Amino acid sequence: MSSIISIQNLRKAYPGGFEALKGVNLEIAQGEILALLGPNGAGKTTLISTVCGITVPTAGTITVGGFDTMTDYRATRDLIGLVPQEINLEPFETVFNSVSFSRGLFGKPRNDAYINRILDQLSLGDKKDSKIMALSGGMKRRVLIAKALSHEPRVLFLDEPTAGVDVELRKDMWDIVAGLKADGVTIILTTHYIEEAEAIADRVGVINGGEILLVQDKSELMAQMGQKQLQIAIKDPVTEIPDTLSAYALARSEDGMHLTYTYDTTGERTGITTLLNDLAAAGLVMTDLQTRQSSLEDIFVGLVKETT
Amino acid sequence: MNIYAVQTIYRSEMKRFFRTIMQSLISPVISTSLYFIVFGAAIGSRIQEVEGVSYGAFIVPGLIMLSVMTQATANASFGIYFPKFTGTIYELLSAPVNFLEIVLGYVGAAATKALFIGVIILITAFFFVDLQIAHPMAMIAFLLMTCLSFALLGFIIGIWAGNFEQLQLIPLLVITPLVFLGGSFYSISMLPGIWQTIAMFNPVVYLVSGFRWAFFGSADVSIGISLAAIALFTAACLAAIWWIFRTGWRIRQ
Repeated sequence: MSSIISIQNLRKAYPGGFEALKGVNLEIAQGEILALLGPNGAGKTTLISTVCGITVPTAGTITVGGFDTMTDYRATRDLIGLVPQEINLEPFETVFNSVSFSRGLFGKPRNDAYINRILDQLSLGDKKDSKIMALSGGMKRRVLIAKALSHEPRVLFLDEPTAGVDVELRKDMWDIVAGLKADGVTIILTTHYIEEAEAIADRVGVINGGEILLVQDKSELMAQMGQKQLQIAIKDPVTEIPDTLSAYALARSEDGMHLTYTYDTTGERTGITTLLNDLAAAGLVMTDLQTRQSSLEDIFVGLVKETT
Repeated sequence: MNIYAVQTIYRSEMKRFFRTIMQSLISPVISTSLYFIVFGAAIGSRIQEVEGVSYGAFIVPGLIMLSVMTQATANASFGIYFPKFTGTIYELLSAPVNFLEIVLGYVGAAATKALFIGVIILITAFFFVDLQIAHPMAMIAFLLMTCLSFALLGFIIGIWAGNFEQLQLIPLLVITPLVFLGGSFYSISMLPGIWQTIAMFNPVVYLVSGFRWAFFGSADVSIGISLAAIALFTAACLAAIWWIFRTGWRIRQ
């Protein structure tokens, strides 16, 4: 894969000694959606800020589109759009002027048609002459996205785009991201909502304590680390699991009506066939079977726990 | 050079000025008129002449300087402080712009606003006193230099300020006293001996003096020294701003 962003040994120590990034290495492929998952204070925002030029790295190099962010900052920043976590907007400015200002700041000639198109795409068309202070929180977030897109960036950073956003708007946001991906924009978003990463990301990176713990294809990650559970509903409740089934390490539900078997989907044998045979042999009558794949959330919680 | 960015910042700042054009222009006109009534007519009628010029005319250069310096400082400091306050500074820091472009945009706009006000006051003055300008080109040059240098100073204050109180602090505590003690309404030669020496450490003395020379052809200090002083002040402000952006002081971590 060809990387559009390449981060090597990136370190950031703040005055006072706090080390927000402890040697981050990360390659981001052209056109992908990468979700960076991590708890509060993991270093997500610092990582983004450093790539965008808001924060100066203590050590390490970052290239965007092959340009170094320190020496070729004009070229790299030209490629990047940033949607910050906080709603940072000038309240007295109109939506259109605010977005047009961003375009000019990034060195692009005025293009009202383009700005209008972005505003329409983000359902802000009828609000373009409204003052920002008159908008709802969700609308303001859209304005931030419009500002980030105003200079036609090839890479878009979304720092917790759906924090504090209602369900409907979150779905809208996901649609917007999908649309941008279709246009070939590389998207890096941070989130602590696992379902967000699960819903839209191609790859998932987990960051905690200033270190990248893992970066992997979302489906691969879930397949590799995902365990499956088989839930067996039985006709007559059991008070204890028969000795003949002890090898399967079954979990019994409180009412004795369900047994749960955990297995690895990537293993050579799942043991399901023999389990079912043995269950029948033990005289248990099965009424239902159900399987459940562990979610990204389980994986994430497991990883973060391991490192703390 | 990201010329679009400079234009964008400049226009956006000027738009703020024109949005409040009435306040921006009426207040200096009214306060100038008051100065002319109080100093020019009430007090001035008891003062014959200062350095061969009627007192009413004598205070015009100082009056313009007073407004231009405070306006340039206030506009530039607010211009860069406001994005810090609202958080929109992130955009400035992540945009492909360098320090010179940011300064040109913000300081250029603040200097332009101050120039507008200076010109308005000058026009107002013509209604009150009989005024001749001995060296018009020098007058314009001094006016421009003052607008620029004090806008640079304001920019530094805006970056330094952590809240609105601090934003007011320097103008109130430093600039206003320096301007009043800088011979805006009197000639330095009118001060008692020791104060004349002390006044020479006040940079505003050189600006007011040079500006007054442009009007009346005579001044407290020679025009060369005045020019050198304002050039030095401008250079010091530019160096400070260059250092601020190089180190990221108070703006980039």
